[in-house]
Amino acid sequence: MPNSDNLITIDDLQVHYRSGGGLFGGSKTVKAVDGVSLEIKKGETLGLVGESGCGKSTLGRAILRLTEPTSGSVTFDGKDLSALSNDAMREQRRHLQMIFQDPYASLNPRMTVGQIIGEPIRTFGLANGSPDRRVSELMETVGLSPRFIKRYPHEFSGGQRQRIGIARALAVDPDFIVADEPISALDVSIQAQIMNLMQKLQSEKGLTYLFISHDLRAVRHLSDRVAVMYLGRIVELADGRDIYADPLMPYTKALISAVPVPDPAIEAKRERIILKGDVPSPIDPPAGCHFHTRCRYAIPECKTVVPRLVEIKPRHFAACIRINAECADIDANEVNSRGAIQ
Amino acid sequence: MSGTAETIISVEKLKTYFDTEDGRVMAVDDVTFELKKGETLGIVGESGSGKSVTNLSILRLIPEPPGKIAAGKIIFDGDDLLQLSVEELRKVRGKRIAMVFQDPMTSLNPFLKISTQLTEVTRLHLGHTHGEAREHAIKMLKLVGIPDAEVRIDGYPHELSGGMRQRVMIAMALSCDPELLIADEPTTALDVTIQAQILELIKDLKARMGTSVILITHDLGVVAGMTDHVIVMYAGKIFERARTADLFSRPGNPYTRGLLRSVPDPEHERGEPLYQIPGLPPDLADPPPGCPFAPRCDRTEDICRTEFPPFVELHSGHHSLCHFAREVWEESLQTAGVDRRELEDIRSVDG
Repeated sequence: MPNSDNLITIDDLQVHYRSGGGLFGGSKTVKAVDGVSLEIKKGETLGLVGESGCGKSTLGRAILRLTEPTSGSVTFDGKDLSALSNDAMREQRRHLQMIFQDPYASLNPRMTVGQIIGEPIRTFGLANGSPDRRVSELMETVGLSPRFIKRYPHEFSGGQRQRIGIARALAVDPDFIVADEPISALDVSIQAQIMNLMQKLQSEKGLTYLFISHDLRAVRHLSDRVAVMYLGRIVELADGRDIYADPLMPYTKALISAVPVPDPAIEAKRERIILKGDVPSPIDPPAGCHFHTRCRYAIPECKTVVPRLVEIKPRHFAACIRINAECADIDANEVNSRGAIQ
Repeated sequence: MSGTAETIISVEKLKTYFDTEDGRVMAVDDVTFELKKGETLGIVGESGSGKSVTNLSILRLIPEPPGKIAAGKIIFDGDDLLQLSVEELRKVRGKRIAMVFQDPMTSLNPFLKISTQLTEVTRLHLGHTHGEAREHAIKMLKLVGIPDAEVRIDGYPHELSGGMRQRVMIAMALSCDPELLIADEPTTALDVTIQAQILELIKDLKARMGTSVILITHDLGVVAGMTDHVIVMYAGKIFERARTADLFSRPGNPYTRGLLRSVPDPEHERGEPLYQIPGLPPDLADPPPGCPFAPRCDRTEDICRTEFPPFVELHSGHHSLCHFAREVWEESLQTAGVDRRELEDIRSVDG
């Protein structure tokens, strides 16, 4: 049920790929996004974290229909995007933009910065007068000198190229931006610059972000709420502060404990949860809870029952059959059940 | 540094440059450090800071031309590696000093079985027979935690995940029981949960085999948990050198302090802007006069733009390249809650 506070409502979104097959054996289905439902409120930043192959980028692309969803719907500002024709969708892209991880691969090397940032302005006929003036304004907004308008992408550093990518996304005055790992390829000192720029633009223009990253520190810093994804499913969703201070689902606990803290005193004392093994292949994910193969709390039911994302604490959702609203602490549950067996 | 432990490697006044279209780039400029046996040294820096070139220089892996190791000494077990013949150097590389790189896919040969790549080093360096080498390789794969090592050894690198490939690289590096392991961003390409596994593995192997480690990384969190000493590099130079605990709690250089402050802190409320170091690293083909960090520094004064800064000793084993090193350090001490009396104590102990 679309709520008026929500800019984006994602309902049971699925993106499946056919994979392999070839000469021998039938092809298999990769469920990159496997039934995701999320709401993104106007003006908020929703962080999306997970390890490589968990489907977070595919989810981001599927929201914008840069990858066609297999089923499910995405509602933007009351309109069902999945029902739109290609032309109508193209028109909507004015409101929905994307910033990419590798700013170099996503900028045409044969176009000048002015042409790159000006292209969407021309495509959508948005300039009042000369597009160049608008381009210069945008360059100033993202902290680039308009003197560089005639330069090519290779003449810029990684951080500057990311600023060009952000200026291009802003050119159409969008409401919603999917930022897919926008700082991963950048140096530490430049990451802070880009995060600050994104925050400044959000407060000035009332932007709504889906911030996709594997960097939990950055996600915590930028996001109001955080969704954790594992093998195509959302496994935990909560306010940024809560997910850090009080992770409920065993995978989230391990993920947060794995992030090194830049403080030797804390590092020396920390007990890190080391997960065994790798993320299983999404081609044939484990049945039941996808995480059970690496989970130290797994019980036989975890291999068969698909856990649903339920509200365990106010505004804090998790998908794990071993915790519930009555007892949210999996360690306490573990002690209780062991006690009962003995 | 008490000086009791034996030094495994000491690098003295190393200079390495590259000739590029834009002119000569001093990638490593007057770098000096030493590492004691059994310790881990972290080298931190952003891209282009010279941290990788320093370590490639140690094993003389700099392509010449366009590169050149122009000056300096690299003393390993009494020998200057820069003076050894190619034959002598070959006996050190891979056997006594081993390297692990960031991207295992580009360092493993995709056309060769894992067994071939793993047995090559021990047959060469330890004179293993085919059978011995294979047995040793399986032992090493088990040691680094590869499941079904007996089966996996006959596979190809592409059949393994990124984390498993990095384990194979580490197995290969440790095959000859090296005295020094140089790990260049060994976990940068990996997910955090896999990074945690690999770092734990390196710590564990270090404890068991007594290997000394040089760990190159841009991640201050990794440095905090893994190292005894840290070097911070910027623009080809060492900007700060200290015991890890000291560097994090009492940085003595504005660049280090800026880097530490620009990492998001989970305790911070959302919405506060991060501290940011403005601007971009300098063009090394055309470095600014004076201190290379001056254009980005938050406490630049006139002297910084004209004179190259001194490398100041703040405290035993703690050095900073800055005209105002002592002031920056004392500010850090005050923020860290060290009062004047303690400060006097620290000074008198050093004096």
